[in-house]
Amino acid sequence: MQKGYDVIVVGGGHAGCEACTASARVGAKTLLVTHHIKTIGDMSCNPAIGGLGKGTLVREIDALDGVMGRVIDKAGLQFRMLNASKGPAVQGPRAQADKTLYMKYMQEELKNYPNLTLKEGAVEDLVFKDGKISGVLVNGKPIYAKCVILTTGTFLNGVMHIGQEQTKGGRFGEPACYGITPALKKLGLTIGRLKTGTPARLDKNTIDWSKCQRQDGDNPPKPFSFMTGDFAPDQIPCWITHTTPETHKIILDNLDRAPLYDGQIQSVGPRYCPSIETKLVRFSGRDSHHIFLEPETYNGNSIYPNGISTSVPKDVQESFIRSIPGLENVKILRYAYAIEYDYVDPREMKLTLETKKVPNLYLAGQINGTTGYEEAAGQGLLAGVNAGLKALGKRKKLIMDRADSYLGVMIDDITTLGVDEPYRLFTSRAEYRLTMRADNADLRLTELGIKVGCVGKERAKKFRAKKRALEKARAFVKTLHKTPKQLKALGFQVNVDGHNRKPLDLLAYPNVKWADVVQVFPELSNIKPEVAEQLEIEGIYQGYLARQSLDILAFKKEEALLIPEDFDYKKVGGLSNEIVERLEQTRPATIGAMSRMRGITPASVTAVIGYLKGK
Amino acid sequence: MYQSGDTIYALASGLGTAGIAVIRLSGPDVLKVLKNLCGLENPKPNYAYFRSLIFQDKVLDKGLVLYFKAPHSFTGEDVAELQIHGGRGVIQSVMNALSQMPNCRPAERGEYSRRAVINGKMDLTEAEGLLDLIHAETEEQRKQALAQLSGNLGQLYESWRKQLVHHLAYAEAFIDFPEEEIPPEKEKQIDDDIRDLIEKISAHLSDDRRGERLREGFQIAIVGVPNVGKSSLINALTKKEVAIVSQTAGTTRDIVEAHLDVAGFPVILADTAGLRDSEEEIEAEGIRRAVKRAEQADLILSIQDAKDYPNTKKLPKALNEKRVITIWNKSDLLNKKISKKEHFISAKTGAGITTLWDEIKQILTDSFSGGVAITRERYRVALTQCVAHLQNALVAPELELKTEDLRLAARAIGRITGRIDVDELLDVIFRDFCIGK
Repeated sequence: MQKGYDVIVVGGGHAGCEACTASARVGAKTLLVTHHIKTIGDMSCNPAIGGLGKGTLVREIDALDGVMGRVIDKAGLQFRMLNASKGPAVQGPRAQADKTLYMKYMQEELKNYPNLTLKEGAVEDLVFKDGKISGVLVNGKPIYAKCVILTTGTFLNGVMHIGQEQTKGGRFGEPACYGITPALKKLGLTIGRLKTGTPARLDKNTIDWSKCQRQDGDNPPKPFSFMTGDFAPDQIPCWITHTTPETHKIILDNLDRAPLYDGQIQSVGPRYCPSIETKLVRFSGRDSHHIFLEPETYNGNSIYPNGISTSVPKDVQESFIRSIPGLENVKILRYAYAIEYDYVDPREMKLTLETKKVPNLYLAGQINGTTGYEEAAGQGLLAGVNAGLKALGKRKKLIMDRADSYLGVMIDDITTLGVDEPYRLFTSRAEYRLTMRADNADLRLTELGIKVGCVGKERAKKFRAKKRALEKARAFVKTLHKTPKQLKALGFQVNVDGHNRKPLDLLAYPNVKWADVVQVFPELSNIKPEVAEQLEIEGIYQGYLARQSLDILAFKKEEALLIPEDFDYKKVGGLSNEIVERLEQTRPATIGAMSRMRGITPASVTAVIGYLKGK
Repeated sequence: MYQSGDTIYALASGLGTAGIAVIRLSGPDVLKVLKNLCGLENPKPNYAYFRSLIFQDKVLDKGLVLYFKAPHSFTGEDVAELQIHGGRGVIQSVMNALSQMPNCRPAERGEYSRRAVINGKMDLTEAEGLLDLIHAETEEQRKQALAQLSGNLGQLYESWRKQLVHHLAYAEAFIDFPEEEIPPEKEKQIDDDIRDLIEKISAHLSDDRRGERLREGFQIAIVGVPNVGKSSLINALTKKEVAIVSQTAGTTRDIVEAHLDVAGFPVILADTAGLRDSEEEIEAEGIRRAVKRAEQADLILSIQDAKDYPNTKKLPKALNEKRVITIWNKSDLLNKKISKKEHFISAKTGAGITTLWDEIKQILTDSFSGGVAITRERYRVALTQCVAHLQNALVAPELELKTEDLRLAARAIGRITGRIDVDELLDVIFRDFCIGK
């Protein structure tokens, strides 16, 4: 047995932070290798965490005792619940971060994490023994481990574009990583190339704020973490301005110098995060686009102008940004750039994020073709738990599905469908979103986390107390009822039909809130707010949730039909070669996943079910 | 490109002696068969070759050989057609030779279509249309099946599916991108469009089961008291001895059917047991069946004895809502003056039968005219569910519940034409709205 670690995590971004802490949490001796310890947890793009779908994902990471939620609660400078006017199933917590504080708290967290060691260095190659990965080569020396997790973000063969200027690098001011792509290619993994971009950074002191519209955080704000107790962060505002016809003219006049339009950049960027030049070309009818001015720190100078990422040349950036109200005299601290980087086709991954071809090698984050800190962190956590468990020789795995979490939706999407642009979560990707909400992430996942061993004692204890209280309250509300006559007398518009109403039934009426229910049933006034919140939501969605639980049952049935990892599709008969090829490339884990693949006909699903059942 | 699985073969033309018989093969070993049996190597796709079919040094026949290369064939696999002489002996000898080729076996019923569906050469509505085309017995059935096969119905459903994708995508855009500048009037537009869609699908649903009836046959039931001449009428109508004609009351205890082609429409004419109170167990059961059958019929011929005119024997209550033609039989035994507005016939002499037929034909033509009709119960169920979900969507109190109902509506219609997946929604959102805070 060689000396070394159980798990090595390569990269200290948001995937890496969750991966190394999750692996350490399940008890594996873990090493994090990163270029610089002082940039661990850096926010390379927008200084914000959460949003719709994404915010729910952060809650899920937190429910599995990940670090992101707790750190943003300490480092956030503005907190807002998006879609607060809509129902709880489609609300998403979002926070603006002080990025220096976020890095500081994240680094403190990692430095003090049990079972975790941090090391500075550049990974030059992967090390193999007997066809299995056995470590990484750092500064010419091998470091051994049973499992390796790569979370290299945009660093693989990264190339940055500002106009015709092309610079090699992983992100602004940092070198790229060249050794890993050839190593992955040699292993037979399919590599592709994607593009993303980031806007310029502006000097706070050179902006005329009087021309911008102010946007404040929520009062009172809601924290991300289920562990955060009293919560009273200092909040500062963001500001909104907009592009003008002049802005549009400057950009459009210089399109021939834009790498996205002159052929210099060939790879695909995300449609939901287009550069300003793309917005102008595709939506030429609009004469103005919003720009959100977001502070990157409480006290520093840097402002992130959300909405104008670009890769046009520096002189064009200067002139179009100064055509924006409030930014007439702005000083640009750093120019916007686009970046192209390598990723691995995520259909190469199992649901544990271990690669199918190379045992003990795990990938998480942008290397899998996703985008976003939260998406990266979620994968990091999943890969970390699974690599840790495998390194320790345990048979347990953490597998998520579309009906238990957004994390499961994302893993299923990317491993069955692959990606053709950087993948981001939306609530519309989750067919069971009424059930999978930000508010109940702990109720959905913490028990599962306790089972696989990635949830610490403190959280487990707090969670179980909440769950017991909720179950007690659920049973209690079922014992209470009032007659329609009594309710009419209290001012409720109910049909006098002889049917008694229970407390949750009242919540299905428009505009009835928990407080109104407590008025009718004073016995409920002792129920804790966190428990009352759950009962209230369960009441509002009552009928829909019942129907959805039937759907989920049917879904789980298909997911339970496993397809063996080495299944020979040629044996089925009647499947065309094209379909066999697709199936062999993706190797869906279940009949459910197979039916969600592109280009797979219902009849071929039936044929495979028939064959499997006939055996 | 070879395909997985066995190579299947079957006689594609009808059984029986004919000038030409066509044997069709499909599967990965088609080229091998052509080489071994016809001495044909590297055939050019879609070309006809004149070749001798030789097996075990014996010439079986000479004929035309056609090769269709995958995926450009009916099944999406390699396909060949052997056009040989139509004699039984020739067909037998070629089929026998094929059965001895490696990996070859006779096709199962419907296996060509199944392979075509599996390989994405047709969708389910088209495949079902094809099945109907093959089994079409009358001209109108054939037209409908052909329309469905060429995608008439499929296109209609696809257009509704597209509209649903559109509404759902717009609703989702409001949920997933609240900070983007999506024009708020779009949200109101969604409800108007849903109402419009409900109206269209409902109109399609209220077609009086026209399509299914055309597929299954228009049902006419003949009912009446014993001995009034029901069986004689069916014989007169069909000019064939299809039911027992007898003078003993209650002879026809079970239901006797005649399948007819009337002006291109399929008609099933059913003779039923005479309706009366009966102590006899078997007869009572026959009467029960008669009423039940009449309840399912599209048209009832209520036959009465002309000597009772104008007093009719009442029909069972269950048939109150049915379309009924009252017929006075045994007009030959009648001396009274008869009204021209009524159907007086004589099943025995054939008097009045032509006039009766004319009226039935008119009813058939009326009830089968109209636009594209629903041909399968499966479609009707899915569309009915779709409308129900759309109606829920209109009254849903929250936007996320409206989208839930729209999602279910989309899923219902997707059962006919294919799933609506998230990528389709995102395509619409990113095409129509400038997203990217």
